[in-house]
Amino acid sequence: MEILLPGRGPREPISDGGDWTFELIGRYDREIGAIAEQFGLDTYPNQIEIIRSDQMMDAYASIGMPIGYHHWSFGKHFVDVERSYQRGFMGLAYEIVINSNPCISYLMEENSMTMQALVIAHACYGHNSFFKGNYLFQTWTDASAIVDYLLFARNYIASCEERYGVQEVEMILDSCHALMNYGVDRYKRPYPISAEEEKRRQAERAEYVQRTLNDLWRTLPQARQLDSSDEEVFPREPQENLLYFIEKHAPLLEPWQREIVRIVRKVAQYFYPQRQTQVMNEGWASFWHYTLLNELYDRGLVTDGFMMEFLASHTAVLFQPSFDHPAYRGINPYALGFAIYSDLRRVCEHPTDEDREWFPDIAGGNWLEVLPAAMRDFKDESFVLQFLSPRVMREMRLFGVVDDDAEDEVLISAIHDRGGYREVRSLLAGQYNIGDREPNIQVVRVDVRGDRSLTLRHAQHARQPMGQSTDEVMRHLHRLWGFPVRLESVWHDEVVATTACPAEEAQSAA
Amino acid sequence: MSYIIDRRENAKNKSAVNRQRFLERYKQRIKKAVSDAVNERSITDMERGEEVTIPAQDISEPVFQHGSGGRRSIVHPGNKEFIAGDRIARPEGGAGGGSGDGEASNSGEGSDDFVFQLTQEEFLEYLFDDLALPNLTKRHLKGNSSFKYEHAGFTSDGVPAKLSVLRSLRQAKARRIALAGEPKRLLREAREAFDQAELDGDELQRRRMRDEIERLEKRLGRIPFLDTNDLRYNLHLRKPVPTSQAVMFCLMDVSGSMDQHIKDMAKRFYLLLYMFLKRHYERTEIVFIRHHTVAKEVDEQEFFYSRETGGTVVSSALKLMLEVLEDRYSPNEWNIYGAQASDGDNWNDDSPLCRQLLEKKILPLVQYFSYVEITKRSHQALWREYEHLAERFPESFAQRQITDVSDIFPVFHDLFQKKDAA
Repeated sequence: MEILLPGRGPREPISDGGDWTFELIGRYDREIGAIAEQFGLDTYPNQIEIIRSDQMMDAYASIGMPIGYHHWSFGKHFVDVERSYQRGFMGLAYEIVINSNPCISYLMEENSMTMQALVIAHACYGHNSFFKGNYLFQTWTDASAIVDYLLFARNYIASCEERYGVQEVEMILDSCHALMNYGVDRYKRPYPISAEEEKRRQAERAEYVQRTLNDLWRTLPQARQLDSSDEEVFPREPQENLLYFIEKHAPLLEPWQREIVRIVRKVAQYFYPQRQTQVMNEGWASFWHYTLLNELYDRGLVTDGFMMEFLASHTAVLFQPSFDHPAYRGINPYALGFAIYSDLRRVCEHPTDEDREWFPDIAGGNWLEVLPAAMRDFKDESFVLQFLSPRVMREMRLFGVVDDDAEDEVLISAIHDRGGYREVRSLLAGQYNIGDREPNIQVVRVDVRGDRSLTLRHAQHARQPMGQSTDEVMRHLHRLWGFPVRLESVWHDEVVATTACPAEEAQSAA
Repeated sequence: MSYIIDRRENAKNKSAVNRQRFLERYKQRIKKAVSDAVNERSITDMERGEEVTIPAQDISEPVFQHGSGGRRSIVHPGNKEFIAGDRIARPEGGAGGGSGDGEASNSGEGSDDFVFQLTQEEFLEYLFDDLALPNLTKRHLKGNSSFKYEHAGFTSDGVPAKLSVLRSLRQAKARRIALAGEPKRLLREAREAFDQAELDGDELQRRRMRDEIERLEKRLGRIPFLDTNDLRYNLHLRKPVPTSQAVMFCLMDVSGSMDQHIKDMAKRFYLLLYMFLKRHYERTEIVFIRHHTVAKEVDEQEFFYSRETGGTVVSSALKLMLEVLEDRYSPNEWNIYGAQASDGDNWNDDSPLCRQLLEKKILPLVQYFSYVEITKRSHQALWREYEHLAERFPESFAQRQITDVSDIFPVFHDLFQKKDAA
């Protein structure tokens, strides 16, 4: 391996041995930060926090929110983590990093010095620069406001619990969590959140919403509309953001309940970019910890032992089992992302004829410009579609499988060969498309004049039906809406399945 | 620039609330798991936590998801022999080797059961939830033999020995600030006027101000550093201390008919009772009395494991219990519990005597006396005699039958169930 070649300068390692001290962490951080700057990484200021393993479990359980409101599901997550950890089934993450400004990274006390350095490079410079640079994070999250907002959310929910009881609040939260993935505006740029603003406008909003609602549900007949033949459709256009629709239009919710719906919606929005950039984010951070630490080695700042320990963890994290391996759990986003970024650098530095054919714009270019661009303006789907090179497909031996329930056998549709590159690439890109991965569900109709029922439409993707938990989610939706709710699955403009709550007789032909 | 912060000393257990809510939500299931566990566990093994299993689908958080079916395409790594166009048999376990959910699994659980660990304390909490010691309050009210002093705030009146220096000085300071505020302000003004008068050469004003300053300084000087009004004394109140020690008498028949199996069951019962008492009292002692035709006080090992043969005279044990009671455990200071286990055998003539002993002498002294009969046979004289007792003393006497290990906890539960409107 090339990195094990002796370094250029005289060897003056920062430290020798496994134990870390605050002083050493500071020195490593300064050195790594200096190198990162030379590579042009633009980051938020770092806030590195050293925590114990049980605190790491807490951080884990709150799904990466530095301050979370109370909910049993976090407790469930916690006991799960706690048990796995105590039984030695799983190691804890070496770090957790939070998209905030300053960027908060948690380092575990138990880590060795090498691991701390790896984590600093990975989280404090890799993830951090991704959070600051990637367009999705720029658009959908406000790093400087999130901690304040979460604090506001927790206090608000706590005050609701005090006033209306833990049970009541929990019920609303349960229902909102079930619909959390449908609480995001996918195509519309959201307004930035601010805790102060939220607090200020909250009362105002509550009142306003209640007033406009009353208008919508006005029961006094208006003579001039009674005989109008063209029936008014509400909403005018299908709505993709179910939680937003509920917050604004659910007839029976109390103002505080609307506020909770809003909080869950905002949290969902905060996590939305992370769900779409897992490969890129982890790949980018892995690429940079690898590059930065190797640079440290080349400058003679770390020992051979340091590198051996680092490489051992590095390979463990980036391990990609084959599809027939017992440990196979799908494609490892770290491995895929790292492979693509590393290969991009190679395409820039040592292009082959194949690369010139596939990437005429960037082959032989300056990798310090190409890579940041490939981080900034993409999400996983477009990133794979754009930058997955034939060489990476060959090295990972990727192949596409089509499983059609209308056929008896599954079909290998394409493999890593000349005829299959494009197919494999677009299949893999589709795998990261949230629009395909999650059922496409929109609000299409509210029966304003009749039983006030809410109708959702599920536009089927490749004939895939709704999963088993659908009934359960519909019950949650019904709880929020307060009147009958119905979900129609549509395939080629034809309703093929219906789920309703409360259940409708006869119609449910699944 | 990075900030490095040591958070290791920060509050622990940030997740405690969430954990409690989770446990609360699945309380019924957890309780069931706990009582199942009690029956399965070996005897020595009661005081540890427990692994609780809940079927995953019962606690999953539902979301809109794709179900299986339709046409789906997946990319896998590690191709070995496939080429494009190959058709292969559908692998077991759903579409494409289940990689579909590996991919999108945020929820982190498959179809496996959800398993987690209860701490020992939580385990006992659930085990003895909704159980209560009968007549607990009686002894608390009765136990007026000891008192302790408890801090109950401060008072402005007391003996010097109880002076609270801190409070007194705080009070004094507040008073000084309150009283000195006005003259200090006036003094400042007077000084300024004095200086001004000196500058202006206004002798009259200067003198007036000098006198004023003198007057104010005197006034300030008169504010005492410490006034009698300031003194505060610690207030202690005498509170009766409930007797918080208990003694538990374990009475067991060790005659030939009691085999090891039956003794094991009895032991479990005693153990449950012991743990239960331990949760309620600061100090719990056990007296083991075993008997065949004669009774003897023994240690635990001998109580459970040595065997003797012979007939059975239950009253001998009751008599010994009374002796020990009178000798060492005054009912004023001790909460007394009795638990008797037997297979039901007794000399026929002896059973009425047992009843008399209990009725006249023992039951008035004890908090609670329970009798468990471990047998599959029909009841004999002892049970029938005791039945009268159960009628007459429903508060402090109960008897139950155990036929099988799985009965133990339900019987225990039944004996100590919280009574409504007690």
